[in-house]
Amino acid sequence: MRPEEQSLQQLELAGWPVIVESYRLGDVYHCTISSADPGARITRADGSTRHAAEQKAIEKATRYLGQTRRFSTM
Amino acid sequence: MSAATIPNVLVTTDWVAQHAADTEVRLVEVDVDTTAYDQGHVPGAAGWNWTTELCDTLIRDIVPIEKLEALLRKSGIDNNTAIVLYGDNNNWFAAWAFWQLKIYGHQDVRIMDGGRRKWIAEGKELNTDEPSFPLKTYRASAPDLSIRAFLPEVQQAVAQKTAALVDVRSPQEFSGEILAPPGLPETCQRGGHIPGAKSIPWAKACNDDGTFKSASDLQALYGAAGITPDRPVIAYCRIGERSSHTWFVLKYLLGFPSVKNYDGSWTEWGNLVGAAVEKP
Repeated sequence: MRPEEQSLQQLELAGWPVIVESYRLGDVYHCTISSADPGARITRADGSTRHAAEQKAIEKATRYLGQTRRFSTM
Repeated sequence: MSAATIPNVLVTTDWVAQHAADTEVRLVEVDVDTTAYDQGHVPGAAGWNWTTELCDTLIRDIVPIEKLEALLRKSGIDNNTAIVLYGDNNNWFAAWAFWQLKIYGHQDVRIMDGGRRKWIAEGKELNTDEPSFPLKTYRASAPDLSIRAFLPEVQQAVAQKTAALVDVRSPQEFSGEILAPPGLPETCQRGGHIPGAKSIPWAKACNDDGTFKSASDLQALYGAAGITPDRPVIAYCRIGERSSHTWFVLKYLLGFPSVKNYDGSWTEWGNLVGAAVEKP
C-alpha cells in the first residue's frame, strides 16, 4: 500500500502552535499532531475519514496541551 | 544533504527504496510514537521500541550489552550488517538508536534522511506485515563512553568550562517557562537550564521536509552560538534523545572530534538537590 491524500497544516490548540499531519493508508486515515516548535509528538488517532481521525487527535491534543503549565522565568 | 556528500551515515529515501531488500542491509524503524510502526512501515523494516528495547527497564540506563546483542540477533543483524535507521519526528529516536549502536561499536550505521515523514510525503510503499528475520550471531564491543557524558563531567564543564554545553530543547524549556514540551508530562522539579549552556533547539538542524540542513548551514547555525570543533561539546535535552540528534549532527555531519551526549539531561539536572540553574 502507498500512503495517499497526505495533508499537513499548522493550527493553534490551547495557545500552542501545532502541526497536524494526516494521510490515508488503505481504508484507514491516520493523523499525528506534534508541536510546531520544538516538534514533540503530542498525540495521534485513526479514523475511517480524515475528519474523524483529525477531530479525535485534535480533541486529545487540546486536552493535553491545556494541562501545560507556564512558569515565571525570573 | 545527500548520501553523496556524507557517504556513510546518511542515505536518501530513494536509496532505501532501492536497497531495502539487500541481504547486507537491515532497515530499522524507531519512533517516538511506539505504535507508528504498526500503522505501516517501510517493507522489510524491523521495528524497535525505545521504551522497552533500547534501555534498561530496571535501572535508568542505556540498553545493556547482552540485551542489545539479543535484539540485533533477532533482527537478523550481524556485525557486518549495514543498519539503516529511520523514524518519526525527524529521526529523533533513530538518532537515539544510532548513538547507542555507536557506543557498542557497530561499524556501519546510517540514517534515512528525512525519516518517516519524508517517506510518507513521497507516497512510498508501506506495509503492516511483521517481517521475520534469520537469527544471526552478534558480538557487541565494550561500551565506548567517549561519546557519553555523565553528571560529574557536566558539573566539571560548568565549573571549569572544560566543554561547551548545548541545550537542544525548545526556547521555552530553556528559559524555564515550561518544564517539558507542551502536552507532555512534567518530569523535573525546576525549570531553566544548566549554567552557561547555549540554546540551539535540535530542530534547527532540519529542513521543513525533515532532512538535515547542508553542512554550511549547520556550521553557520552552531558557529553563530560559539559552538566550534576546537572545543569539546556536550549536548543535552530532557531525556537524551533530542540531544542524540544534535550529537549526530555535530559528530557525523560536521565532524567535530569531541562530542558527547548527556543522556541524564534535564530529568537529572533539573531534579538534583542543590544544582545550579540558570534562567532565563
